[in-house]
Amino acid sequence: MIPSSVDYTRASSVGEAIRLLAENPDAKLLAGGHSLIPAMKLRLNSPALLIDIARIAELRFIEDTGNAIVIGAASTHADIITNPHLKGLTAMIEAGELIGDTQVRNMGTLGGSIAHADPSADWPAVLLALEAQIKVQGAEGERIIPAAEFFTGFFSTALDTGEIVTEIHLPKPAAGSASAYRKFMQPASRFAIVGCAASVSVEGGVISAANVAFTGVSDAAFLDEGVASALIGKPATLENIEAAASAAAEGDMHINEDHFASQAYRKHLAKVYAKRALAGACGL
Amino acid sequence: MPKISLTVNGKTHTHEVEGRLLLVHYLRDTLGLTGTHVGCDTSSCGACTIHLDGKAIKSCSLLAAQADGSSITTIEGLAPDGELHPLQEGFKEEHGLQCGFCTPGMIMCAADLLSHNPDPSEQEIREGLEGNICRCTGYHNIVRAIQYAAQKSAVAV
Repeated sequence: MIPSSVDYTRASSVGEAIRLLAENPDAKLLAGGHSLIPAMKLRLNSPALLIDIARIAELRFIEDTGNAIVIGAASTHADIITNPHLKGLTAMIEAGELIGDTQVRNMGTLGGSIAHADPSADWPAVLLALEAQIKVQGAEGERIIPAAEFFTGFFSTALDTGEIVTEIHLPKPAAGSASAYRKFMQPASRFAIVGCAASVSVEGGVISAANVAFTGVSDAAFLDEGVASALIGKPATLENIEAAASAAAEGDMHINEDHFASQAYRKHLAKVYAKRALAGACGL
Repeated sequence: MPKISLTVNGKTHTHEVEGRLLLVHYLRDTLGLTGTHVGCDTSSCGACTIHLDGKAIKSCSLLAAQADGSSITTIEGLAPDGELHPLQEGFKEEHGLQCGFCTPGMIMCAADLLSHNPDPSEQEIREGLEGNICRCTGYHNIVRAIQYAAQKSAVAV
């Protein structure tokens, strides 16, 4: 399969990439290319120009700033799961290890994945559960978008035209906090049929804070407030987790359906994987 | 058209290429290195696996232009002419191939695995090869071939 004709250029800085984007309205940013190039091969996407940002040094780093771990947007999945700074952010490691395969993890990037916002991608759920802040830059300057406001719908984000994701800030977990990611994957593509990221804070055996986020279930990754609120103030036991997880993916919401999983099956899986992710985060 | 310059199996090549040219087609059609195969063409099967700057990647999902300035190793460059890499020897000795179509990708992926995990368990080998599919379903002997290479390399060191 051959993509449509396309020009290619490599940006050497974020500033240059933003300028090139502004000058070429039919351009697309290319990082690892592991979502964009397959889409171009299927002719689902035919940009006039690709602006390669994968080798911009200021986009490929992982650092500990004291209260957060900051990941440059062009860091690959392999960069992330092998980086010692990520050790305390278990859900990031567990999700990253389940993305694609070795070869895909060596090319695909965190920034590329979240900007693409595939409704079955793993990172969006994890970023929601860990309350990530996403730094973006455009001609107007920089701004920070909380993960909870970033994923707005089916392949849609809060990025404005001409903006680039530059950094992902992950708050370091406080004492007593832990996270986990579990997924039921499509066996060929390894995308999530249902993926659940959970982050839980436990004080004196009682759950004081919780985030539960899903991918694969609806048209975008989302925080499930019903499950989280059912956990607050409860002892961190399997029984309480199971009871709270039974509220997963309920209420007035769109549930995905395809030839792998019906809506009813996805809803069932959401409850099962919420339980498993929460149990993982609580060390049960 | 972008002009690219890259090193493939130790030799530098410079070409003007179409922006849309896939790396696997550059290797096979422009350079004549047909050991790298195109299987599924959708980044699932791993037959097109090569090393880009020392890391296993799927060359059907990369543009040649993205590899500008990089160093590439394909199956042809794994061992000097006339010699077998321990993995190639392992696939021969342990009957690790049937039709042979997936073999170059299997070997290049296994080489990446052994480079950071020289003594993998059977489970680690199977997980390391999750991005490579064998339609003959000959996985058992593929795992044995990689165990053979790991053992042989350990003896050599």
